[in-house]
Amino acid sequence: MIWELLGAHAPALLLAIPMLGAFATPLLGRIGRTPRNLWILVITALTFVTSVVLAAEVYTTGPVIYTFGAMDPALALAGDSGGIPVRIIFNVDAMSAFMAVFASFVGMIAAVFSLPSGKMESGRDGYFALLLLLLVGILGMVCTGDLFNFFVFLEINSLAGAALVAYRIDKGVAVEAGMKYAFLSTLAGLLVLFAVGLLYGQYDSLNIAVIAGRMQFGFLDKVALALLLTGLAMKAGAVPMHFWTPDTYSMAPSAITAFLVVASQASLYGVFRVAFSLYGLTLNYVTVGWFIIILGVLSMFVGVSMAIPQKDVKRLMAYHAVSQTGYMLLGVGVGLAVLGDPAMMESFGLTAMEGGIFHIVNHAMYKGLLFLTAGAIFYQTGTRNLNKLGGLGHSMKWTMLFFVIGALAIAGIPPFNGFASKLMIYESVFAFNPALSIIAMVVSILTLASFVKVFHAIFMGPKQERYAEVKEVPAPMLAAMAILALLTVLMGIFPQQIVDIVISPAAGALVDQGSYIASVMGGL
Amino acid sequence: MFADLPFIAAAILIIIGIATIVTQHHLIKMVMGLAVVEAGVNLLLVATGYREGGVAPIFTNAPSTEMVMPTVQAMTLTNIVIGIATTALLLSFVMIIYRKYGSADVRDMRRLKG
Amino acid sequence: MALIETLYTGFGAWNPIIWLVSLVVALVIAWLIRSRGESARPTGAEAGKPYLSGNDAPSPEETHVGASNLYWGFTDALKGYYGRVVPLHTGILTDYVLWFIGVLALVIVMAGVL
Repeated sequence: MIWELLGAHAPALLLAIPMLGAFATPLLGRIGRTPRNLWILVITALTFVTSVVLAAEVYTTGPVIYTFGAMDPALALAGDSGGIPVRIIFNVDAMSAFMAVFASFVGMIAAVFSLPSGKMESGRDGYFALLLLLLVGILGMVCTGDLFNFFVFLEINSLAGAALVAYRIDKGVAVEAGMKYAFLSTLAGLLVLFAVGLLYGQYDSLNIAVIAGRMQFGFLDKVALALLLTGLAMKAGAVPMHFWTPDTYSMAPSAITAFLVVASQASLYGVFRVAFSLYGLTLNYVTVGWFIIILGVLSMFVGVSMAIPQKDVKRLMAYHAVSQTGYMLLGVGVGLAVLGDPAMMESFGLTAMEGGIFHIVNHAMYKGLLFLTAGAIFYQTGTRNLNKLGGLGHSMKWTMLFFVIGALAIAGIPPFNGFASKLMIYESVFAFNPALSIIAMVVSILTLASFVKVFHAIFMGPKQERYAEVKEVPAPMLAAMAILALLTVLMGIFPQQIVDIVISPAAGALVDQGSYIASVMGGL
Repeated sequence: MFADLPFIAAAILIIIGIATIVTQHHLIKMVMGLAVVEAGVNLLLVATGYREGGVAPIFTNAPSTEMVMPTVQAMTLTNIVIGIATTALLLSFVMIIYRKYGSADVRDMRRLKG
Repeated sequence: MALIETLYTGFGAWNPIIWLVSLVVALVIAWLIRSRGESARPTGAEAGKPYLSGNDAPSPEETHVGASNLYWGFTDALKGYYGRVVPLHTGILTDYVLWFIGVLALVIVMAGVL
């Protein structure tokens, strides 16, 4: 009974559960700490279970359509709508389900890691409420099939994210980071809404599938494409619009930073959705594909080269996040550039896209893990300055182990998950253009070099006097890191299964614009 | 020409807003510029739904079936609400920054750089 | 060995089992070498101290090679590049907005013209 209900209404519950959780958190916070913490765990776990149920359905029976306010949620074209979908529709295909599963998973991990609060007990209710709202924003963005709805969730994502970044005021510096993030996100969001207005004015619909079916690619559509792509690429942190990323990631609480990585990837999902599902073959895919590739290569190289001289450990990792986003843009951009050529698509385009999409989830795991280890170190020592740290390997052995796993994974060392996706990207991109592949490999080497520096600066050397009191972090923090580390290893040892079961359908769903349209319009 | 006037006005508002953001250094003025951009986007949305001689889209006792489009009005309302939330959040950030930094000049808000 | 499959990339393949076997072999060799070492070693206060001709060893804080001392050669060699790129990260919000608007204008020109 309850499972049937869950299965039938999973797309709605996916948002309803964390939203209810968010607004009830301050109430439970008044009862006490333990009930509130339990509540957070239950809500995030339920959200994760819902997303898994939804994903299982999507992967076994195909895209799930959920129409809000209709007699039957599966009825996209209700009898009273005159043959066009007028209601808000969630269109969950394999790509959306894939994003939803790991987003809710990282949300759960971030919540677990946030439980030990240390000295900062005040305002924790608001913190958890915002964390859940950020989760709502991400899940809504990846599930919705409606452009205006996408904008609303983008704004929820931006607002909750900015408030969380500024949560630790930290003499105003965290607020500075939050201000920059909120300002740029709002500007980008307004331009996205402008583009939505342009599309709505022409095609009388907000549904992505309907607009895609009617797409003419006239002048206004080109302007809308530019606004959507640039705004979302900025939110994803692509160079040269990445300047907010290191500021924001370095000042947010570490669990939030790990989650903000996923929030950025939801925007990246938006870029891919716009390019593939909304415009598809009508756009000049070679030009747009090369635009995304160039953004990707710039992100990879500028990101990693800016990371090397950094002194703040989280700022360094934030630049690596920029750099890793470049790999995803590169992989999927190559797929877009050969979209119209079935032979090239078959021989390397799909593999490049699979590599790029696989890298998204891998990045969420190992980068989340790295940010959590940085958070653990900050939790115990109170500093993020690499010049002041040292010798912590003696007292924080588990953190050190998790850090090593994360660092090797991000550098693409086998058998960790970063290697599997990077291998797919290298080899398929090499067939497209060898120079791009070589840049990608050089960037990986530089990544390893800068993490050797971090490892040495934080963990190596004899035990230091000033950190004599430092001990291992509390169990929930260790558990959160351990789960991510375990997944990092497992996904590296069983890459082919994950690619076959999860990634290939996701890449296929992105490429196949026809079935995306047909899933709503019923083949009309 | 007159039919396009609202769209031209929307574009001008957005350009004025962006120009304000990039030329002004006071943070509150920058937030005001953002609000002007938002007003321009709202104007575009409402203008796309306008119909010459249309009435409010309420079917009960409607004098005619020439109605303006309600969807864009709903979108505009939603965006106004979102705009209030973002503006309030940004202004409260400006307030804290002014308290902690002693200045609301954007050129002083650069402790994070490099 | 159906559980651990080979990852096919279309051009090459990667099988984690080979890597895992070689890892285990390397660990066994490392353990063998380690087990041949001296089992009895001095303990006590003097045991771990470095010998510096009878002088007191400097404290670990002073001897630790900090992060800024690593890779200075790298950044020094690429001074031309870093001298241009690092100053771009000014930390001023106006510049961030300008970069965003600039890329947007570039893309509009690209999309409109091409």
